[in-house]
Amino acid sequence: MTIQFNDETFHGDFTFKNSDWAIKRFPFPFHEDSYMYSVNMEPHTSYRPGSVFERTFDVDEHYVAEMKDRARVLANDPLRCQSLPHMTLAGWDLVELIMEAKAREYPDLFELHKDGNRWRWINKPLGIDDTFTFLDESTLPYGPMEYITRQTQGDFAVLDQRDDNLWMDAGMVTTQADWSLDFDIGMNFFEWHAPVPKAHEMGIFVRALKFLLNIQQGQPARRLNWTMTVNPLLDTSPENYHKWGVMKQGLTMENIGEKQHLRVELQTFFRLPRSNALVFPIRCYLISFNDLVTVPKWGRRLHRVIRDLPEELATYKGFIDNRPLMVEWLSQYDDGSPTSDGIWPDD
Amino acid sequence: MSKTVFPPSIKSRPVYGELEARAGSGHLMIADAEGAEAILDLAKSADAAFWAKAHIIYIPKDTGRKYSSQLEELGAGQYYAGPSYEAAQSRIRRALLDCHMGTQVYLTGTESLMGQAMAEATAAGIPHTAIQTEHRGSTARRMQCVHCKGITEDVTTDPFECSHCGLSLFVRDHYSRRLAAFQGVRVDAEDPGNIPEKVELFK
Repeated sequence: MTIQFNDETFHGDFTFKNSDWAIKRFPFPFHEDSYMYSVNMEPHTSYRPGSVFERTFDVDEHYVAEMKDRARVLANDPLRCQSLPHMTLAGWDLVELIMEAKAREYPDLFELHKDGNRWRWINKPLGIDDTFTFLDESTLPYGPMEYITRQTQGDFAVLDQRDDNLWMDAGMVTTQADWSLDFDIGMNFFEWHAPVPKAHEMGIFVRALKFLLNIQQGQPARRLNWTMTVNPLLDTSPENYHKWGVMKQGLTMENIGEKQHLRVELQTFFRLPRSNALVFPIRCYLISFNDLVTVPKWGRRLHRVIRDLPEELATYKGFIDNRPLMVEWLSQYDDGSPTSDGIWPDD
Repeated sequence: MSKTVFPPSIKSRPVYGELEARAGSGHLMIADAEGAEAILDLAKSADAAFWAKAHIIYIPKDTGRKYSSQLEELGAGQYYAGPSYEAAQSRIRRALLDCHMGTQVYLTGTESLMGQAMAEATAAGIPHTAIQTEHRGSTARRMQCVHCKGITEDVTTDPFECSHCGLSLFVRDHYSRRLAAFQGVRVDAEDPGNIPEKVELFK
């Protein structure tokens, strides 16, 4: 296989690490030296070979370890995966979308063989070889959405579209930035975004919804979002906040470079053909501050963004208490020289 | 006056209106505590034929007998007073099951009652256009602990203790219609033991 999969953990001893290859292709989210909310959508077309934007569903060195972590989280809390009864068809749409894309774009890792509705799916990294009948739930070990998202990196929100709104009616959510599927399931677009400060008043959600309602089949879109996480913890759920919140304490100038991670979400949006639902994969990439500043442009820029971020956003993103320390540490990597436009490293 | 003007800050929270007597094949009214006042106000514009088709399910809570006799005198075809929402729940489900096309549903009183009854009514297939709500009385909140998932009723302070797992929780301004509850999150998660003074936010 072309990708060497890491043996690593996202909890406990936190052995997660990025190779030089993973650092170089990290989706750094800041295209300029400051940040404010925007509806920063662009077409999800293949772009920049080797980058996380090249494939429909990016597979990287963390794939096998992330799927193990998902299975662990689900065993502890099965409510992280839920699907309201009318969303089963959308689950099948998602099975088709992911299997076809992965088999096409990673033929050495995944194979899909179709004989009418009789499908054979081979997932080599996870050692899966299943034959099932498409649209017949009884032929899979889980519901269709759960089956395929146990094999695909990133969280998935599957949104029903009706009454000119989107409804969070199904999802697989184990790598989230502090939101609860179990609480939010059944909510519409404005309801599940209720806790986000400022953006409602700025009209962000009205514009974003208008865009999303009009996404067509075969024309997916994407955007990046970001937050901060102490330790490479994928499961920063509200359910477990009483266990991981305490990790934000104890950062020092000596350990922050290793413990503090920039957490970036590659969010994509696809229209599903049979159900007319919208699937919203939220793929999480983590990078330690130590690794991030190996790209000089990123170190300089992150310092400026974090230093100048409005207080409400730093509070909402949960790092207001650690911000002074972050800024102090990052300032060592900002010589004040100008940065080039765009997110990519200079070299 | 038991009416409350809510701040406009929470996008996930339902907006409540004022009950009005509408034409319908039946009238199912579910109320608790001061919600009785909204029904009595509505009674000023409803005639005997309206009440003959009405079914009132009333949970007085700590208002005791204050409104009961006035409600009984309205002449509803069916009148029931129960000691708690849980006690009334099976009757509410049955009443919703018995609704015919065109039945109007009226929910009034605390958010907890309206939220739970709304979830039942929606599950029973009552169209939302046939359901009216009016808030009256206490603004105490029904809270779900995001950690243990237990529900704590009638929360008036922030923070408060989860009645199931005992953690001190702050009240996040996020409301789930499905659960008819706000979200409670551990207040001292990042600094265990550092629990702020309780403030009475809701009455």
